[in-house]
Amino acid sequence: MAETAAVRLDKVSVAYGRNAALKDVSAVFPTGAVGLLGPNGAGKSTMLKSLLGFIEPKAGRLEVLGLDVARRPLEVRARLGYMPETDGHIPGMNAVTFVAYCGQLAGLPKTDAMQRAHEVLYYVGLGEARYRNVETYSTGMKQRIKLAQALVHDPDLLFLDEPTNGMDPKGREEMLELVRDLAHNKGVNLILSSHLLPDVEYTCDHVVVLDKGSVATFGSIEQLKGPAGRVFEVRVKGEVRPFVAALEAAGLACHETEEDIMRVFVPGGAAEPGADQRRICELARGAGVQVRHLRASLPTLEDVFAKAIGES
Amino acid sequence: MSPIHDQSYRRYTGTRGPVGRAWTVIAWAGIRHMLGKRPFLGLLVVSWIPVLVFTVRIWFAVTYPQAGEIFGVTPTMFQDFLEVQSLFVFFLTIYVGSGLIANDRRANALQIYLAKPLLRVEYIAGKLAVLASFLLLITLVPGLLLIILQVSFSGNFEFLRANLYVLPAVVLASLVRVIVASFAMLALSALSKSARYVAILYTGAIFFTSAMFGVLTVITRSSRAAWVSIGANLEIVTDVMFRRTPRYDTPVIVSVLILVGLVVVGVSVLERRVRGVEVVS
Repeated sequence: MAETAAVRLDKVSVAYGRNAALKDVSAVFPTGAVGLLGPNGAGKSTMLKSLLGFIEPKAGRLEVLGLDVARRPLEVRARLGYMPETDGHIPGMNAVTFVAYCGQLAGLPKTDAMQRAHEVLYYVGLGEARYRNVETYSTGMKQRIKLAQALVHDPDLLFLDEPTNGMDPKGREEMLELVRDLAHNKGVNLILSSHLLPDVEYTCDHVVVLDKGSVATFGSIEQLKGPAGRVFEVRVKGEVRPFVAALEAAGLACHETEEDIMRVFVPGGAAEPGADQRRICELARGAGVQVRHLRASLPTLEDVFAKAIGES
Repeated sequence: MSPIHDQSYRRYTGTRGPVGRAWTVIAWAGIRHMLGKRPFLGLLVVSWIPVLVFTVRIWFAVTYPQAGEIFGVTPTMFQDFLEVQSLFVFFLTIYVGSGLIANDRRANALQIYLAKPLLRVEYIAGKLAVLASFLLLITLVPGLLLIILQVSFSGNFEFLRANLYVLPAVVLASLVRVIVASFAMLALSALSKSARYVAILYTGAIFFTSAMFGVLTVITRSSRAAWVSIGANLEIVTDVMFRRTPRYDTPVIVSVLILVGLVVVGVSVLERRVRGVEVVS
């Protein structure tokens, strides 16, 4: 099946007062599951809110499922489901009433909305708690109810803004399973905005990386992870800076992780076995540091992200 | 085929209603929510006690014409009724209206509402309909009911024929009260995340303007400053509707402009505050 665009942005600029949140952004989000990655303040939520029509861009054109957001906002929102980042509910309602109400707001007849509310609440794991007032829910349950209200009218495209925020490990795992199931088994297109790389890597096929209001990179995760080149984990004893400078001078990229381990990218096609390791060791010797740990690694989304953010 | 019913997510294949009707969903939900509160039902019942009193008065006047001088049915009686109801309009506006938007803002519900296929104006219309329905239920509905009762008890249309303006006056005076109170309260509710704070603001606005008018009356020894009081402006406009000389010296046109201005300011506040995202420049 030919891949079509779920979302298209054409030279979109958004500003809050004098602060530019999105700068001349052009991007295409294919159908399927797309991760919207970026550090805090990169413009991810602003992009989603612009696509929902909450924020009017200063310039550019936004298109969702082939519909112009500026001209046909209601049609766009009728086909969208939005799970906001912050807690949100209608005060004074229990879960099933709240979700059914959201269904009715989206145009579902009353009985259908109620039936769908029960089904969706069971699907997100709130079946047993569906008659409880939403205000008494835990953080994890509030995340699930937000997903339920976004799903009740069966949208063609789902916007999930940091869906695992504040969830415990088990809850996070279950939420990611739901998102993955929706995207891969239920045929729901989705855009997952997150700063958590493993979440995106687990659930999405494509990724758009935002940094400081601009698109740093985008494409299929597999393609982005597997460029011509190899990755090594390196730990050295001694002054790191000259070593990093030597690596970069030799055309190798590197970035540090949390545990003092650097990830070194060796560009280019396949090399003779052991040649890359020898090259790294020689550069280390030249920089006056001892290599204490050197292991071949697999490229991860973190590498893609670090490379994109570093380049942008 | 598996005999076990699949409880997982299913695509929806049913029909969808046309866009533009979401305000009715909001209105009905709000009305049902209020009707589920016992204190509110109590307030609603109490606000109908004057209807009962005025009904007895009409019956007495029709049954005992000799008591007409004391209990006579006059156009002024309908105005008196609406002015009595102003007290309940005040309480009901606070009870129903203060949380209408403030509670949604507190619970971040606006982003949920506005991510659905509905316009901001539909959201506002839905909320407005909740408050306006209850206010009309204690002003316009009983006002019209009293007219019908007068006709029923007397068995003729003589009173109405002699006072043709009473019917439109009751309708207009009720609508003006309801519209001004609804827009003012909704605008205040959109300004805060606390229903309690909104209630205090509204009470303050009503009492402070009245107090100011009182002080200015004492200082200037004239009622020309009645325009500063929301209640006085409503009284002046109502006097004109019932073909009476306005009780204060403020020109009617000034009172009308003040009331229209209040509604315009309310609409402007709602336009700025009811948004899916709060933008802080």
